[in-house]
Formats: sequence, C-alpha cells, structure tokens
Amino acid sequence: MFYDIAIIGAGVIGSLTARKLSEYNLKIALLEKCNDVACATSKANSGIVHAGFDARPGTIKAKLNVDGAKMMPEVCETLHVPYKDIGSLVVAFSEEEMKTLEKLYQRGITNGLDADSMEIIDKDALFKMEPNISPNAVGALLAKTAGIVCPYELTIAAAECAATNGVEFLRNCGVTAIKFENDTFILSTEQGEISAKYIINAAGLHADNISRMIGDDSVNIKARLGEYALLDKSVGGVVNHVIFQCPTELGKGVLVSPTVDGNVIVGPTTVEVEDKDSVSIAQEALKNVFKSACLSVPSLSMRNTITSFGGLRAHDVTSDFVIGASKVNGKFINVAGIESPGLASSPAIAEYVAEVFESIYDGTLEKKTNYNPSRKEPVKFREMTDDQRRELIAKNNTYGRIICRCETVTEGEIIDAINSPVGARDVDGVKRRTRAGMGRCQSGFCGSKVMEILSRELNVPINEITKFGGKSDILYERTK
Amino acid sequence: MKGRNKVNSTLKYDLVVIGGGPAGMAAALEAKNNGVEKIIILERAETLGGILEQCIHTGFGLHYFGEELSGPEYAHRFIELVEQTDIEVKTDTMVISISKDRIVTAVNKEDGFIQINATAIILAMGCRERPRGALDISGSRASGVMTAGAAQKFVNIDGYMPGKKIVILGSGDIGLIMARRMTLEGAEVKMVCELMPYSGGLTRNIVQCLDDFGIPLKLSCTVIEVHGNERVEGITIAQVDKNRNIIEGTQEFVECDTLLLSVGLIPENELSKQIGIDMDGITSGPVVNEMRETSLSGVFACGNVLQVHDLVDYVTKESQIAGLGAAKFIANGGSADAKYAFTKGINGVRYIVPQRVNINSTEEIKLYFRVGDVYKNSKVVVSVGDEVLYEKRKQKLAPGEMENVTLTVEMLGKIKENDEIIVAIKER
Repeated sequence: MFYDIAIIGAGVIGSLTARKLSEYNLKIALLEKCNDVACATSKANSGIVHAGFDARPGTIKAKLNVDGAKMMPEVCETLHVPYKDIGSLVVAFSEEEMKTLEKLYQRGITNGLDADSMEIIDKDALFKMEPNISPNAVGALLAKTAGIVCPYELTIAAAECAATNGVEFLRNCGVTAIKFENDTFILSTEQGEISAKYIINAAGLHADNISRMIGDDSVNIKARLGEYALLDKSVGGVVNHVIFQCPTELGKGVLVSPTVDGNVIVGPTTVEVEDKDSVSIAQEALKNVFKSACLSVPSLSMRNTITSFGGLRAHDVTSDFVIGASKVNGKFINVAGIESPGLASSPAIAEYVAEVFESIYDGTLEKKTNYNPSRKEPVKFREMTDDQRRELIAKNNTYGRIICRCETVTEGEIIDAINSPVGARDVDGVKRRTRAGMGRCQSGFCGSKVMEILSRELNVPINEITKFGGKSDILYERTK
Repeated sequence: MKGRNKVNSTLKYDLVVIGGGPAGMAAALEAKNNGVEKIIILERAETLGGILEQCIHTGFGLHYFGEELSGPEYAHRFIELVEQTDIEVKTDTMVISISKDRIVTAVNKEDGFIQINATAIILAMGCRERPRGALDISGSRASGVMTAGAAQKFVNIDGYMPGKKIVILGSGDIGLIMARRMTLEGAEVKMVCELMPYSGGLTRNIVQCLDDFGIPLKLSCTVIEVHGNERVEGITIAQVDKNRNIIEGTQEFVECDTLLLSVGLIPENELSKQIGIDMDGITSGPVVNEMRETSLSGVFACGNVLQVHDLVDYVTKESQIAGLGAAKFIANGGSADAKYAFTKGINGVRYIVPQRVNINSTEEIKLYFRVGDVYKNSKVVVSVGDEVLYEKRKQKLAPGEMENVTLTVEMLGKIKENDEIIVAIKER
C-alpha cells in the first residue's frame, strides 16, 4: 500500500489534520493502533474549549489556543458537532486571588484575546450567573469565548469528513518500525507494510516512541493521568459556565462544568504515571477531587456520580506543543505534546500542520474541486421534536425501536453508527457515537442488544464483539 | 389544521399500563376483572413477562400459587390469562413520555409514533440494577465487569458465558442466583463479597445457591480495585470495619476474569419524575395511597417501580390492588370521601408502602416495610399517638426480607385524619 501521507494516530489532532489535508489531491492514510478513533486522550478529557488566557505568552500553545478557540464554533457547526459557548469563570476566594484574576486578564490580552471577551466580575454579578457557587467566592474572571464540546464526537466527525474526502482509515494498525529508503518511508504495522512519502506523527502519548523510530529523540512524552467523575443529568443545572478555581503554584485546581449532553463533569487530578496505556483510577483521588470541587460548588455530591474515568494527557518535557518537521528527516512532521489546551487548539493545530506540510512538500499541491468540509449529520432521536420523530419513523422504522432506554437511542441510530464512513466496530464505539450505554444504567439493559446489532450488521458471531477491540472480549463460549 | 390532525390520531383507552412484567400483567388483569373495558399494555421488550423471562431458576409462586415455579412459568400463567382477555398488548414499544393530563407517547417499529389519551395510567416499569459508577472501585475500565442481571441475560437468554473465573460483589438475590447458575455452567465462582455484615438476599438463596456449592460468602468485605487493561485479570478485595472503612492490611488479590455486581436495584422512575409525581426518598418510588394511587390523580404505580420486592408473589398482590384502584377510579373518578392518615417507620423501620391510607377504607390495609438492620427476637409495633394498635413478635427481621402488618377496619376506625401511623421495631 502506497500513500503520499501517513498520519499516525487518530485522535482529535490526527483526525482534524487528516480532514484538513484531505482538501488536497493526495492519497492519505490515517493509521490507528486501536479499534477506533478517539481511543485515548481524545475520549477522556474535560471537553473544554479554553479561551486562551491560561497559556504562557509567547508559546506555540498560547497562539494556537487563542486561534483554535476562535475557529471552534464554526468547525463544530460545519461538522455537525454540538458546541456550546457557555463561557468560563475563574472564581476567586480572596482579595489575593482577585489579583491573580487581574494577571490572567492581562495575560489573555497579551495572548491575543479581545479585551471585551473577558471581564472581571464582582460577587453579585457572579451569584446572578451562578447561584450555586460557594458563598466564599468574592469575584470571578468571565471569559465569554470559552465553550464546551464533546471531544470524541469532534474526533469522530473529523475522521468521517476525512474519510468522505478519500482518506483511508486503518484501524488496529499500530506502527512497530519505520525505515526511510529511496525517499520513501516504509512503515511496519500490525496490518503489514505501508509506504508513504510523508509522515505526520500525531501519536499522542506514544509520539516519542514513533519519532524515535526515525532516530529523532527530541520528543519526550510523559503521561499525566487526569481522573474525572461524571454526574447524572438530574444535577445538570448546578452550574451554567465552566467553573475553574484560581491557578496556584500547585496547579490549575479542579473544574466543574456542564457537558454538551447535559451531565456535569468534575475533575481532573494530575498524576504522572509510567504506563502509557493504563487509565487505572484511584477512588481516593476522586474523593479529593470532590472535596476540592465542593470549595467552588458546595452542593456537589459524589452520590450523583454515574461513572468515573481516567484520561492520559501527553505532556512534553518542554511544556509546550512540539509541532514541526523533524530535524532528522524533513519529511516527518511531529505534532506532539498536545496536552491541555490541545482540544481548544485542535482546529488551529490542523491548519498549522498543513502550513508546515505545504512548506516541505516537494511539488505543487492541488486542491480537490469536490472537497466536502462536512459530514452526514447523524440522527439524534432524543433531540427531536415529536413531529420530527413521527416523520423519521414513518420513513425508516428502525428509528421506532428504542435500544438504550436511559438516553433514548434507537436501533436506527446504532445501525447508522456502525455503517458510517468511520464506523463503530465495538460496544464502546457505538456508545461514543450514539450515547447508547452512557446513561444511568451504564448499559445494563442495552449492552446485549447493542452486541446483537453489531453482530448482525458486521456479520460476525456475537462472542467476537468486544468492548473496545484487542482482548476486551465480553462473551466466551456457548453455554452447555 | 396540523393540530386537528394530531388530535384525531390520538388513541383513547380507559387504562394504559406501562410495562408488561408481572406487575403490569396482574394490574391489567385485575382491572379487566373489575369491569374496565379498553385496556392496553405497553411493553418495551420483545415479549411480555419482564425480568422473569431470564429467571429460569425456581422459587417463584410459593405464596401466590402454592407451588414452586420457574420465572418463565410464573410469567406464562399470567401471559395466558392476558391472552384470554381482550386486553391489547404492544411489545417492543417504548413509552418516551407521559403528560399530567395523561397522554402517553410511545414509539415502536410497527405503529411508529403513538399517542394515547388515557383515563387512568398504571406505572409498572420495574427497576434497574445499580451500575459500577455508583461504587467506590478503583482501577481500569477493562471488559468483564457487569451487573449480575446482565450476565443472567447473556447466560439464560443468549446462551453465552460472560466469564470463567468469577467474583461476585454484593449478596443481593440476583448475585446469589448467578453464583449458582455460573457454577452449574462450569465457571469457577471464587467468592461472593458483601460490604455489610449480613447478606441482602433471602436466606433460602444463601443456603441453596452458595452453601450447597461451597461458595464462600465474605461478609464485611468489598472489592476496592479492578486490574487488567483489556479484560479483567483480577481484583483486590479488602475487609471493612463497622463504619465500612477499609481495614488496612487486609487487602488481597484475587485472580478472576469477571466481576459481577449485585449491589442493589433502583426503581425506574424517569417517567414518574417527568410528570412531577411525589417521590419517596427511601424507596425511590412514588408516594402512594392504599390503592397505589400516586400524588397525581388517576396515575397508579405497582411492582418494583414502586418499591423493590424480593418475591414476585408480593408484586402480583400489590399490582392487583393497583388494578382494582384504577378500575374504581375509571368507574367513579376518584373517591371524594377519602380521608388520609400517614404512615411512618421509626426505630429500624426504613420505609412503609403505602405512605398514606384512607381511614374510611372498608377493606383491611396491609402495610409493607423493610428494616434497616438484622433484628432477632423483636416486636413489630403499630401505634397512633400513645395508643398501640397492634404488636407482633418476630424471630428474625432482616433487610433482605420485606415484612408486612395488617391494619384491620377496626384499627382504621381508631385513626383520625392526618394522624401518623407509626410502625416501629422494639427489641425485647
């Protein structure tokens, strides 16, 4: 298999980059070692589009954060991904912290934020916006351009768009070695050898391992675990903005935020871990997260937790994004160390990578005449009006069979998720695309039905359906 | 004109029963036997019978039929009775909303989008299992952690084994039943861990499902961590003290590929909450009167959506009360002369259903309750003010077994409107 570009890693960065580069008349492969897109960092993070006042001025992080956050609403709209511009509040609990807010405001200006997109508000204004905030709060920095987005839905949408424009998505395709011969990379993968003229290394936590395969040891990724709790929709209205605490020397503090789906997310912790594939979480740490979150919003209760999860962030030892052509081989582009605010930056990162690619490309780049920046809009039964539902079921009755009771997901939506351009192949893939199994019962009722539909649509025995690929089997042999 | 079309396409029924498990069927049948004409049962699964369809073990019907039946057998007795009537049934049909003026909206593949105008509604949606998220378990999100009920469906309905080396957390009845079931299918059930110092399941299940198979029941013991990145490779268990805190040094690794959870059931009251029915914080079910009518006139609730039962026999009896209540409501439009007193559990009585009773009732009323701890040689005392209405000695009371006391018409005569009827445990 020969490609112009091999993009390694189908997280939000790899997928948005694939989408951007699919504007050109090039043969592109998007390689992913897991069974789906968005299987690591991109599936488990805060889902927050930071406004951009946080990053250290002058860093590539600061620039791309501000640019990315500005691009995000339009990218999401084009890709039919829910984005909510709810704004964020950094809450201060002392006069000293009010001074920190002043510094953050100034830093925002330095980083390129519009002056009228931020405002330092007093206690009264804060309580009008957030009645459930702790009475100890004295004020807050409001950032109007901050928002929330579902990180895996953005990734899936970007990958689908890329696939629609001809990018080949190769799953279970971990790269084990890279040779460079006759001006061409030869990648040894779990799916055999792949040749490519250019490589874009968007391998997230493993980006350093990939760059070392060409002898480039300039990337050094440390895995930092962030643990989160997701709360039931019944407490959905407890906050209206992304609520941050004032950053201290100890870190950014714990955030409390609505999610685009109406839940509340609380977290994260920050723990440096050795194993880059283990997202084992500690309950003790989650309890501390709640303790800390209650400083901002006292009424939060761990009892409303429907699930908790851990996500690993790829931290480069330089503490900045590492984006650019490798010094070892100019046809190999590193896109590494994409930790927070990586999601907010992601649309700008994709543009930036495309610029780097254009600068190193040997020849003339031609744009496709039929490039489609969008994807087919997924059906979301739960968000429809009764009239829309009536019409939908009349057209296709698989939308009349509810599979997931808690989140009201229909069989039709699950079939769509499996048969989409970058379709679901496992139970978690269906869950991320449709929300089946994400509700209160956490797939207790619908799990087996989702497996039946996967088995039927993919034409494989039900006991070969996994939770998330690899050895994550669910069923063994038949009963006696 | 669109609005008018909508009204025309709305169906009209005297009674809509939401849920076709044992509760819904018994309620519908009782309503039919009491003269209700147009009844429809809406069931989300492919068949009537509810969770009983996957409960292939025996032990059902001892109280109601006086014989020991399997779950499907118990269900089929009612399915046959339903089939003999003109009660309509729609399976594979999900109710997505109900309104205060009793319009039920549902969807299915055959009819598409359905709206039904109901004179009365019976809520019989059952319950769901508590998932892992609500528990304090550290570790990975590996495959191989599921609720005991989900495993029961895989084994008994789909015919596949979800694991080979099993640990069960929680000694609720489904967990106990599954310990035996998985053993019979050739799996190795290493242990059942129970956080509390006593089991939450029926005594007969502990004897027949664990003791008979030599499966250890570890009390005051819990699972604190799950190991394995893709499939579960083991768990860490630990002993807890009387405050349920982990006792340091008692941690122990247990190799297994599956962790089954049987850690409690939650009534499925999303629809009830949608229309603002008053809920009981302890049962997680609606607040009802002696006919199982909720705070919303004409809306009744019965079975596990009202309170989690241990025996389906009691579900049947409770649902017959709701069916009769709905029939009376449909005939008379509610009882104008009702005067209510309220029930309250104290001294170890966690909750009582019904929460309010009509003191003008001409029939005796049974109060169902659960205790919060294990009591030996104690008394159940029912009183109003200073007056003791009733006392009953009990050899043993346990949280896993639902109890009841009867208020006779004579006792009801001694109760005044708005009185508090107290049920308490007195240790002797």
